[in-house]
Amino acid sequence: MAEIVIKNLRKEFGDFTAVQSSSFTIADGEFFMLLGPSGCGKTTTLRMIAGLELPTSGEIYIGGEEVGQKPASQRDIAFVFQMFALYPHMNVRRNITYPLVSQGMPRAQINEKLKEVARILGIEAILDRPVGGLSGGDRQRVALGRAIVRDPKAFMMDEPLGALDAEFRERMAEELRALHDRMGATTVYVTHDQLEAMQMGDKIVVMNHGVVEQFGTPQEIYDKPATMFVADFIGSPSMNFLRFDGMVTEGASTVTLDGSDFAVPVQREAASGDLVLGVRPEHVVLSDGAAYRGAVRAAEYLGTTQIVTLETANGEVKARTGAAQPVRPGETVGLDFLPQTLTLFDEKTGRALASDLNAGAFGHG
Amino acid sequence: MSAHSVNEPSGRQKWIAGTLVIAYALITMIPLVWIVATGFKSPADAISYPPKVVFEPTLEGYVNLFTTRTRQTEDYLAANPPQTWYEEIVRQYDMVIVGPSRYGERFLNSIIIGFGSTFLSIFLGVLAAYAFSRFRIPLKDDLLFFILSTRMMPPIAVAIPIFLMYRQLGLSDTHLGMILLYTAVNISLAVWLLKGFIDEIPREYEEAALIDGYTRFQAFYKVVLPQATTGIVATAIFCLIFSWNEYAFAVLLTSGTAQTAPPFIPTIIGVGGQDWPAVAAGATLFLLPVMIFTVALRKHLLRGITFGAVRK
Repeated sequence: MAEIVIKNLRKEFGDFTAVQSSSFTIADGEFFMLLGPSGCGKTTTLRMIAGLELPTSGEIYIGGEEVGQKPASQRDIAFVFQMFALYPHMNVRRNITYPLVSQGMPRAQINEKLKEVARILGIEAILDRPVGGLSGGDRQRVALGRAIVRDPKAFMMDEPLGALDAEFRERMAEELRALHDRMGATTVYVTHDQLEAMQMGDKIVVMNHGVVEQFGTPQEIYDKPATMFVADFIGSPSMNFLRFDGMVTEGASTVTLDGSDFAVPVQREAASGDLVLGVRPEHVVLSDGAAYRGAVRAAEYLGTTQIVTLETANGEVKARTGAAQPVRPGETVGLDFLPQTLTLFDEKTGRALASDLNAGAFGHG
Repeated sequence: MSAHSVNEPSGRQKWIAGTLVIAYALITMIPLVWIVATGFKSPADAISYPPKVVFEPTLEGYVNLFTTRTRQTEDYLAANPPQTWYEEIVRQYDMVIVGPSRYGERFLNSIIIGFGSTFLSIFLGVLAAYAFSRFRIPLKDDLLFFILSTRMMPPIAVAIPIFLMYRQLGLSDTHLGMILLYTAVNISLAVWLLKGFIDEIPREYEEAALIDGYTRFQAFYKVVLPQATTGIVATAIFCLIFSWNEYAFAVLLTSGTAQTAPPFIPTIIGVGGQDWPAVAAGATLFLLPVMIFTVALRKHLLRGITFGAVRK
């Protein structure tokens, strides 16, 4: 197992820049998520780490060794593909042992390894089956088996749960995480599903348009978004953006929206002009007494909670409240925001303004 | 009344379809049956009018096909009674066998040149198709178009330049020359067909092999090739059929050493008058290799032709 360090990694395909100067560090044994919308460069980054694409510039260190220009076969990395990529002309046994055969490992040892892996994954019964007829979950297990059988330095996974149906995905996600914890293997996992990333990851890198937007733990990413993109991408429903024209000074602890003052974490950066107040739906409190008003447009009932959509002077706001709270479309209610987790953004740059809340959370590796 | 199904053809539809297929099969098979039958007729039966459908089969055509014969004096014939069944057949016409004919040689030439050029086309075609399919090649589309453009005129249109070129290069009437020529004609087809098949194979398989510690060539050889078998077989059949049946260049460029069967078979006619049974016998035997090859691999051929039509 190994630490992976990415330094100023860049990849161009002709005129198109897929990844622009990414840098981050994946600690030994970490379950690391590369998260972003499709086309954001996350898969390209993963493929560069694995050696399936060679970077245009930048360095990749796996276990302290610079491997940027080495072919995949020399990096000692395992890769689980989205479509599994099991060799269709081989049975399960041969698929799993194929990497060991390439190393020239003796038969007896291969069989021992195979037995162990099959036991871990619970696939002893299907070893002699052709891979064609396997269910999605079994294919996934075989693909994992082929990856773990070699004890590689790290695992790369490219949306490995993407091809499974929803019900099964959850179970596989748990299995994957459990497998990771048991083996303590450095794992780099690409997904566009923010829930999957939050659920499984130790650390998350959020990418967009080939740029690393933020790098941190799931809690940091969720509570202290570095950019409006991250704030919008993570969370469902996503963060509310209340746009206002105003100014904040260094040390300020309130902002004024439509005549109402809201407490915010102490600001460490001054800004003025087009600003945005970011509020998570669960931090919106509906109270009759509040001066800031919003008109209820709709309420979606979700069992224990409900999502209330309100129209305010600063745009649409979604609030997550208890399902018991009575809300009727058409009525006007007062809104308050829990102050600890509010983030201010500069609309023009999309960046979060530094405050006591997010100080130190914007590490880019 | 039985319930109607939208997908399942009714009994009547099946019956009509079956009849049409049989009718079509009969029409296409009549010339084939005629050739095979004529091969077993006596010369008289072969040219009789109205044509004989029922006749007494004889191997005369095949004996004539494989032998050269000469007329002999009665004394000689009396002194040398026939030793074998085929000598007896020839003896009906007061002839004796003086040696084998050229048919065997020509047939062997066809095999060498046909299979040789097919192998070469596939070998080069697979490599080129793989490169076109997987690598970033400058001017890729133009190169592919250029390769295809060699098929935009009938190959015979360049017969004279090729004839002159081959004479200069000493390739006329050589096995190598014919193999190169047929390969040149076939390779565009091979590259295009094979590229299509290889495009259909997900890259992930090779990438998985690369990750598993194999080199690019090993990944190609151990993972891509087995997947492409169907496409390779289908392409090989098309290539073989072309080079096996090619007539015009064979007439023009070969006369002896490297002459293939197609230009040779018509010349049998002149050996002992109009010997249609021998010609038919030659044609029948000539059909066999491609038929055997195709039938043996037909499972792949059918899958190959419909390959890519349906996502698996």
